[in-house]
Amino acid sequence: MKTLFDRVWDAHVVRELADGVALLYVDLHLVHEVTSPQAFAGLRREGRKVRRPERTLATVDHSVPTGDRSLPIADPVAARQVDALSTNVREFGVELFDLGSAGQGIVHVIGPELGATQPGMLIVCGDSHTATHGAFGAFALGIGTSEVEHVLATQCLVLNKPRNLEARISGSLESGVGAKDLILALIGKIGTAGATGHVIEYTGDAIRALSMEERMTVCNMSIEAGARAGMIAPDDVTFAYLEGRPRAPTGGAAWAAALERWQSFRSDPTARYDTQVRLDAATVGPQVTWGTTPGMVADITARVPDPAQLATDNERRAAERALEYMGLVPGTPLAGIPIDRVFLGSCTNARIEDLRVAANVVRGRHVASRVRAMVVPGSQRVKAQAEREGLDRVFREAGFEWRNAGCSMCIGMNPDVLGAGERCAATSNRNFEGRQGRGGRTHLMSPAMAAAAAIEGCLVDVRGW
Amino acid sequence: MVTPFVRHRGKAVALPRRDVDTDQIIPKQFLKGVERTGFGPSLFYDWRADPDFELNRPEAQGATILVTGPNFGCGSSREHAVWALAEYGFRAIVAPSFADIFLSNCYRNGLLPVQLPAADVETLLQRAASGSYEIAVDLERCVLSDDRGFSARFTADAYGRELLLHGLDEIGRTLLEEPSIAAYERSHT
Repeated sequence: MKTLFDRVWDAHVVRELADGVALLYVDLHLVHEVTSPQAFAGLRREGRKVRRPERTLATVDHSVPTGDRSLPIADPVAARQVDALSTNVREFGVELFDLGSAGQGIVHVIGPELGATQPGMLIVCGDSHTATHGAFGAFALGIGTSEVEHVLATQCLVLNKPRNLEARISGSLESGVGAKDLILALIGKIGTAGATGHVIEYTGDAIRALSMEERMTVCNMSIEAGARAGMIAPDDVTFAYLEGRPRAPTGGAAWAAALERWQSFRSDPTARYDTQVRLDAATVGPQVTWGTTPGMVADITARVPDPAQLATDNERRAAERALEYMGLVPGTPLAGIPIDRVFLGSCTNARIEDLRVAANVVRGRHVASRVRAMVVPGSQRVKAQAEREGLDRVFREAGFEWRNAGCSMCIGMNPDVLGAGERCAATSNRNFEGRQGRGGRTHLMSPAMAAAAAIEGCLVDVRGW
Repeated sequence: MVTPFVRHRGKAVALPRRDVDTDQIIPKQFLKGVERTGFGPSLFYDWRADPDFELNRPEAQGATILVTGPNFGCGSSREHAVWALAEYGFRAIVAPSFADIFLSNCYRNGLLPVQLPAADVETLLQRAASGSYEIAVDLERCVLSDDRGFSARFTADAYGRELLLHGLDEIGRTLLEEPSIAAYERSHT
């Protein structure tokens, strides 16, 4: 009896190297400018080639500016890194979606958008949010630069087999509550190391009811629970999303063959998981983080917790530190905390459905006077689609900046950063100290919640709207 | 070439914090380089602005072993975090638990992660916080000890241990698997 993950693992074993350790074949290797230059340099130094350039796909996303694309990159160090990727892909024969390309975007947005991400694949990228692709029933994991070099040279990865964790999410979500709230609530429940050493398989009615884009949001943040990867078994929702995408199989026979294969990637009903957790979606309200890890999260109706109430010294110290950094006082209601900035973007929540939800919240309203708000679409294709639907106008008229695609203020490697002490409602995935800018204070939440916060100028329960 | 890790004795410094993420170890603004070097001076950049930060204390100078809290190295996959720790001079990190990607990165850069039960780490944290304190780590025997009677066996990931003990060129090794890789490709296309 096997789990979905067991099946995908088994299908990629080139050779068992030792007990639990295998050499695995990589179907798709996604590459970006920040974690690849040292890997390409290593190949060059050793006189090695990229073994399968056609299974390698590169884009620029982390350090690129999201302003006017006709201007050169102002930051000379970022420009050098972007140039290095151009040089490397030319020399090694890898396809690149560069800054001028209509296909440019965040690596985890463009893989699915192209149909390059498919069920049952093993996908790697030098980026921890690679887990996003698990929404298609792929085993997708983030790796370090040494491993990037290894995959480039050998198309393989050596890995200890992680354990299986089932996160069964039953029930249905209340209106105004979404995929982001589900995953934040789960991380709050199991902790930021709750899934370390495991691959999470998300199962249950609440997961089945999600769209592909919502499933990507859930899988994306698996790493925030410590998981090696997150996966959802493919179903008709998955297949409908993939059909007709540029890199998906085409033609009756090829599509039918792919479909048959893809349908085999699921867990046996009696499959055993090493660990199981359950969550009732109906009990989940809109979530907001109050601290400096994604696990420091609460329902918007809650108050800033009192560290003194926490169980261990370790937790108490961490919470005290977090509240000091965040400038928050225990007992303060979360709803009503004033904000300075709003960031709608990132590989977690910058797909077209996210933008539609947020646009519906802000339509006909205006961003609060003290707030600076920006929308950074996940890819140039998402941006173009939003513009076809007139969403850019909705956002602009509401006072949002409408920008070009990239990781932007999720990681703050480009000019989009928070100033010290600035408080931000963000749809991204990490609220670590300094993540969005030194001294910046991040509250993670859903696109609907961030949009509502922009209008109100403070954290607010979107269900009251 | 990776520096092999067989055994090491050195000064320990305590960083009693949990969930130390790789954004703290090496902040984003230092990730724009295209080399593997130059990260050491920027280790814990934001925290080091605080004169009381553990690594700034005079007794912490020259430390080669970092003793810290659970879930060390969580967050981003950036290998720059390991490069920064190694370049700063750390040879081993001792914690109750580590994030998965961080562990993989350690094995490939000669940095030994030692996982010990939380109570043992607490003992080491207290001893390290009290001043000049040395720890000896032996990866061949998988034993960590000090001069005050502490000694504990630790379990090391078998593959990671081999990479560390021999400072192996992992890619060179995998390239020897070419027949298996080619056979896999033939049977899957």
